[in-house]
Amino acid sequence: MWAPMGRGRWHGCAHTVWATAAAHRGILEPRPMATRGAAAKSRSQDRLYSSADRKEKIDMSRFSVENIRNFSIIAHVDHGKSTLADRLLELTGTIDKTKNNKQVLDKLQVERERGITVKAQTASLFYNYEGKQYLLNLIDTPGHVDFSYEVSRSLSACQGVLLVVDANEGIQAQTVANFFLAFEAQLSVIPVINKIDLKNADPERVEKQIEKVFDIPTDECIKISAKLGTNVERVLQAVIERIPPPRVHRKNPLKALVFDSTFDQYRGVIANVALFDGVVSKGDKIVSAHTKKTYEVNEVGVLNPNEQPTHKLYAGQVGYLIAGMKDVTEAQIGDTLYLQKQPVEPLPGFKSAKPMVFAGMYPIDQSEYNNLKSAVEKLTINDSSVTVHRDSSLALGAGWRLGFLGLLHMEVFNQRLEQEYNASVILTTPTVPYKAVLSSAKLIKEYREKEITIINPAQFPDKSKVTEYLEPVVLGTIITPDEYTGKIMMLCQARRAVQKNMIYIDQNRVMLKYLFPLNEIVVDFYDSLKSLSSGYASFDYEDAGYQTAELVKMDILLNGNLVEELVTIVHKDKAHSVGKAICERLKDSLPRQLFEIAIQAAIGSKIIARETVKAYRKNVLAKCYGGDITRKMKLLKRQAEGKKKLRKIGNIEVPKDAFIKVLRTQPDK
Amino acid sequence: MALPGTRARGWAAAAKMAQRRRHAEAARGSPSRASQGSRAALYVHWPYCEKRCSYCNFNKYIPRGVEEAAMRSCLVTEAQTLLRLSGVQRVESVFFGGGTPSLASPNTVAAVLEAVDQISHLPADSEVTLEANPTSASGSKLAAFGAAGVNRLSIGLQSLDDTELRLLGRTHSASDALQTLAEARRLFPGRVSVDLMLGLPAQQVQRGTLPAPDPELTAEMYQEGRAVLREAGFRQYEVSNFARNGALSTHNWTYWQCGQYLGIGPGAHGRFVLQGAGGHTREARIQTLEPDNWMKEVMLFGHGTRRRVPLGQLELLEEVLAMGLRTDVGITHQHWQQFEPQLNLWDVFGASREVKALLAQGLLLLDHRGLRCSWEGLAVLDSLLLTLLPRLQEAWQQRTPSPVQGG
Repeated sequence: MWAPMGRGRWHGCAHTVWATAAAHRGILEPRPMATRGAAAKSRSQDRLYSSADRKEKIDMSRFSVENIRNFSIIAHVDHGKSTLADRLLELTGTIDKTKNNKQVLDKLQVERERGITVKAQTASLFYNYEGKQYLLNLIDTPGHVDFSYEVSRSLSACQGVLLVVDANEGIQAQTVANFFLAFEAQLSVIPVINKIDLKNADPERVEKQIEKVFDIPTDECIKISAKLGTNVERVLQAVIERIPPPRVHRKNPLKALVFDSTFDQYRGVIANVALFDGVVSKGDKIVSAHTKKTYEVNEVGVLNPNEQPTHKLYAGQVGYLIAGMKDVTEAQIGDTLYLQKQPVEPLPGFKSAKPMVFAGMYPIDQSEYNNLKSAVEKLTINDSSVTVHRDSSLALGAGWRLGFLGLLHMEVFNQRLEQEYNASVILTTPTVPYKAVLSSAKLIKEYREKEITIINPAQFPDKSKVTEYLEPVVLGTIITPDEYTGKIMMLCQARRAVQKNMIYIDQNRVMLKYLFPLNEIVVDFYDSLKSLSSGYASFDYEDAGYQTAELVKMDILLNGNLVEELVTIVHKDKAHSVGKAICERLKDSLPRQLFEIAIQAAIGSKIIARETVKAYRKNVLAKCYGGDITRKMKLLKRQAEGKKKLRKIGNIEVPKDAFIKVLRTQPDK
Repeated sequence: MALPGTRARGWAAAAKMAQRRRHAEAARGSPSRASQGSRAALYVHWPYCEKRCSYCNFNKYIPRGVEEAAMRSCLVTEAQTLLRLSGVQRVESVFFGGGTPSLASPNTVAAVLEAVDQISHLPADSEVTLEANPTSASGSKLAAFGAAGVNRLSIGLQSLDDTELRLLGRTHSASDALQTLAEARRLFPGRVSVDLMLGLPAQQVQRGTLPAPDPELTAEMYQEGRAVLREAGFRQYEVSNFARNGALSTHNWTYWQCGQYLGIGPGAHGRFVLQGAGGHTREARIQTLEPDNWMKEVMLFGHGTRRRVPLGQLELLEEVLAMGLRTDVGITHQHWQQFEPQLNLWDVFGASREVKALLAQGLLLLDHRGLRCSWEGLAVLDSLLLTLLPRLQEAWQQRTPSPVQGG
């Protein structure tokens, strides 16, 4: 079930939606980010409370395993997942129906702007059906590819999913990715066609797409309007009828999966857990299988959706647990908790988050370094998946090299820094982790391994000491109206992608599968795809390990002098275009000097691109009369002072701005 | 205030002689700086204009009515005050700038010159320049200025293209300008200069068909312009000044050679050494900016100086460097030595690697004559100074302090 794919760094399938800078246009799936718990506190203030009294503890023992269903809702962005969740919560009395429940989740500024949800919502619903009281646990999953590992962990706590598809838009790339993720996890899939109230809704066409692509009979689709509440009751009934209860044993020793965690500054870490076996209650001594640390449980409870303490949690149930953990790294997603006196085999598939996109982060002004440092520390308290290494650049000063799960993750982090901590930063163009298989015995001894990961271009080993270089690849799914197929295929080819599959999912919609080098999509692929398909094509990808690649180290030279901060690792086929782009950007940002400057991109001794900055022909204030020398002298002296601070490469003076313009992530507009 | 009629006529007659003297001085390199403590140039600021020009950021005002008698009396008072303070015994040039001083009455000009000659001495061959705008200066008015003592005209031509002139917000047309120029040359033969602008939005180099002006185009115009003028027999004696037949502006030359100058009138700048105790320190002085306030102050306190800043020795040397290099002669060793006897130009610049690079590039020359820009170097002087100024500061800090320093 959790077999790694290829040489994948991420276990299981890393499905979900892809998003880039376009996210703010609302293309992103409203997806939670795991362990982004800053929202936790404000959420509990704004959330609509259930009618149940917080202080009166619920006895969870009355819900036997047969009456429990654990499920998730998965959907492409804007297909109505959150609205459906709200209706389900209302129907089960979890939240008040009279209130206008428009996406109950409290949102961070960045979430509102981007139409994404950074924090997951999990809720226990109590529902009476045919005379029996059921406990339905809605486990929200982070859907974005950046958080694919978290998704897989969340789904492992479920037995079924509601796959929501828009009756107008039909199947989109993320629908496909989500389906296969659930399918491979052997979960029951209930297709739900939403928005049937829309004028252009064509649920029959969507039924056929679902049959063709997922091989699910058309009569299994439930057609609803979450907005109007039409047929939503049927969804709840299907959850009970079609999703099996969890296969767990209350009598076995405790085995609990951590599938999310948040940090509360008063109560410490709040871990969301799913119990696979056993029982847990206040006072129990538990151990983290990952850290081997022991904790005493202070509080257990269910989420509906606010935290509601219970006496105990039993096998098959989902809830939260507070046990004096001080740091989110102590409750990592995928970890197994067990009783100190009854150790168990941990659940399979645990992995620490591995960053896949790296970027340098520097304060715009070095005097801001300490403020930025404290802001980064505060943000990483809640997000253990960001790796932070101190770094310094001759041009940009002291900063950090940060590792993110993906591009969205990086952007969310950056936005939160700017919006919540008012910190302005220079973020350098993202890079991906390359690998090299070493052939030099000396190097192997030095690194103590044969295969090394290269994050910094300075570490790039020479070709003579290497058997092969490897680059990370992903399997991308694109769904598009067929009129754009030609343009999209050309785009993919230009990105060194290899076509794996192409099928018509209905009369005029095509699903394309391509194997992409990850670095070809980290910068602007999604934007290009959206613009050449007038916004109609959708894209998603999953991790596909590493492949051999002809990588080269490209140097940038100014009049023959190497510019260390601009050394780049690039695929041989892309060296010319990348080199040319860097040279052009430098040309636009280097001020003229008293001599001509040759800007060159070189691989070894071979020059592959060149631009020239002409020498100054005139730089003198024409008129200097009236005896007002003071102002002129002040200006000259200020310039001379500024000149001292410029970075000298050979005899060329390079202002910090020039580096920033070349290194920083290009604005998305 | 009587018109100095007889004297004034003498001015016009003295013009030719003065010109001959300048010929000789220019050939020697720079005007002598001997006994400089007692000599100075005088700048007189007339702050009013008829109309605002779109490009101008000088200190000028568009008044509803000018109280000229009051302004005249204040200029006279201020001239007397500063001449007494400085102890200047000989005024070698007077420059009426603005604003539009050709809008003033010749009476005012005569009154100021008369006052100068009374307190100090204004030799008959001193250069007396007036800035004139084509429309405000009819032939008869120019003649009246000549009678008042003006012997040199600086005409604000700016352009000879009517579209450009409109764009600049000038009150005159190209034909007005040419007519005024002809009058001026008739009245002040050999003593007329004109201001021209380059890099205007629609200007183009004759042969090129380059689009809107950019630094590259302005540079091309500049290079083209100076080449054309050189061929026509003009000497480029400063970054943006050209003269034929040795008709250099003595007044402006004083600025570039860091000579003493007094500035009177609203917002005028001056640089001179005060007479009397501790009279070694040169001061940078600025007069009050707004005409009304300036006049009020002059009437109340006898002067309108708003700010006095003593210049340190290093600051003075920086100015000597930055200003001197604007001229074709540059900074001669003798000239430098008058300001800094301890540290010569070789000491300061001779050993610097960066300066050597500029010398090797042929932008700068350092030889037995002194330090100066080459033809190419003059066009990029501001870049050269960014290397030279820090070098001077460094050399100054490393010098062996002389025991009499600062005495």
